[in-house]
Amino acid sequence: MSEDIIYSAIIDEHYEEPRNFGKIENPDENIMETNPTCGDTIAMYLKLGDGKIRDIKYVANGCLISVASASILSERVKGKDVDYVLNMNKKDILSYLGLELGPAREKCALLSYDALIKMLKNYKEENSGQ
Amino acid sequence: MFNPEEIKSHFPIFRRFEREGIIYLDNAATTQKPSEVIEAIVSYYENSNSNVHRGVYRIGEEATDLYNKSRENIASFIGGKPEGTIFVRNATEGLNLAASSLSRMIGKDGEVIVSRMEHHSNIVPWQIASQNTGIRLKMMESNVESHLKWEDVEKYLTDKTKIVSITHASNILGTINDLREMGKNLHDRGIIFIVDAAQSVPHMPVNVSDLDCDLMAFSGHKMLGPSGIGVLYGKPELLEEMPPYMGGGEMIKEVFEDHFIPADIPEKFEAGTPNIEGAIGLSAAVDFLKKLGMENVRAHEKDLISYTLRREEELNMPALRSYGPRNPEIRGGIYTFNIKKDSKDGRPFGNEVHPHDISHMADRIEGVELRSGHHCAMPQTVSLGVYATARASYYIYNTREDVDHLFNAIEKIGRRMIR
Repeated sequence: MSEDIIYSAIIDEHYEEPRNFGKIENPDENIMETNPTCGDTIAMYLKLGDGKIRDIKYVANGCLISVASASILSERVKGKDVDYVLNMNKKDILSYLGLELGPAREKCALLSYDALIKMLKNYKEENSGQ
Repeated sequence: MFNPEEIKSHFPIFRRFEREGIIYLDNAATTQKPSEVIEAIVSYYENSNSNVHRGVYRIGEEATDLYNKSRENIASFIGGKPEGTIFVRNATEGLNLAASSLSRMIGKDGEVIVSRMEHHSNIVPWQIASQNTGIRLKMMESNVESHLKWEDVEKYLTDKTKIVSITHASNILGTINDLREMGKNLHDRGIIFIVDAAQSVPHMPVNVSDLDCDLMAFSGHKMLGPSGIGVLYGKPELLEEMPPYMGGGEMIKEVFEDHFIPADIPEKFEAGTPNIEGAIGLSAAVDFLKKLGMENVRAHEKDLISYTLRREEELNMPALRSYGPRNPEIRGGIYTFNIKKDSKDGRPFGNEVHPHDISHMADRIEGVELRSGHHCAMPQTVSLGVYATARASYYIYNTREDVDHLFNAIEKIGRRMIR
């Protein structure tokens, strides 16, 4: 096995150069999520409008998989309809990573997704009366 | 002669991995099981399965006899009395029993002291008890490089201290605490002394009379036994005084419409049909360890940790940072470490190669299976200034060659990640 590729070319590349990394000032939604098994954290920020994710940023502190999956997720959902993203499921997310993961590592991969879904649900609730 | 290769041949799981190779270094989490243990459990189900303490028919008597003999065997292994040997699911359940029952007994002004070295199972049950009964929980500081001694504990005691509950050996640092004078000194002050022995009973000779502890908890699955069985040992006089924990069948003498009379110990604390095959399996595990001799088990692990610390020094890798005492006399077979890494461009990824990645890579590169995370001891992990660590923990079937593979993996991971 190659010592150079750790997980997969996609994951390694996103870890080295994570997309949309950082913070949004005055976000419409933000959240801090933690993985209890390892203490990985992600702070995620959203700008929302017209039912779309206008901007997404995050500050992740974690393993390759959790950082890379946040990066891949952010690329996939930026500019998309909130409802479209809410209809994505965990399987979709895992398929973007192109990796077979055991149940413990799935949690790392889904930390950013869980954070995103919580914010979007919250956004929908807050805006449902309007 | 202690021969890890011969010992290994008793473990069917290693045969499965004969070709691809597996170096299992997560023994502080759970150990592998020898055929002797597996066969004892299978034999029970094939020959004697029935409920205990009930049927007066042949296999009922046989199951009860096997269950009672297992209890006697396990009690004698730790130098205790069978009536003080309560079967629980694991050390965690034993400590929950202790916290729940004793907190009701000591009254709400009582103070409980634990150390920062504790596993969550010796912290959270006391926090829950504190919420339920108002008892106060205090956490002692502990030094990463040395072990806890009486002087360290003494300064935390007040006239309200009713319980001191500390780990015999740390599951992160490998530290073996010095508990020799603890029991006598605490008893002189009327304080109950509890020992979390989950990381000591499997690895060294432990005798409850020498320790002079009031309660002591350990898990079967960390010492070759099956999961779902463990022991809370207690001095019979104290157990008799303590109120019951769970209610149900088995733990009562008589039940009336509005009250019950509990059974005598140990059944008083064993509500419901017990884990019969677990007790029998743990007894077989105890037989296996007795044959090896616990002195020899300890000597073997001391050799492995001494060799580990030497390999670490030889490797001389500036990014490698390990934790715990350097003196093998007070250190069990646990090696916990991080690989430091500068974060690029101020990206806050933490200053370590993530332990999950270490663990994943070690398995891929060298077939070395490590644990990663906070190891259920967050206060200790946080005090090391990190979120998580990687951990190797040894047992009777590990060899110096396994340690070599560990350091090959560390070296390669360092080369790949720090560039």
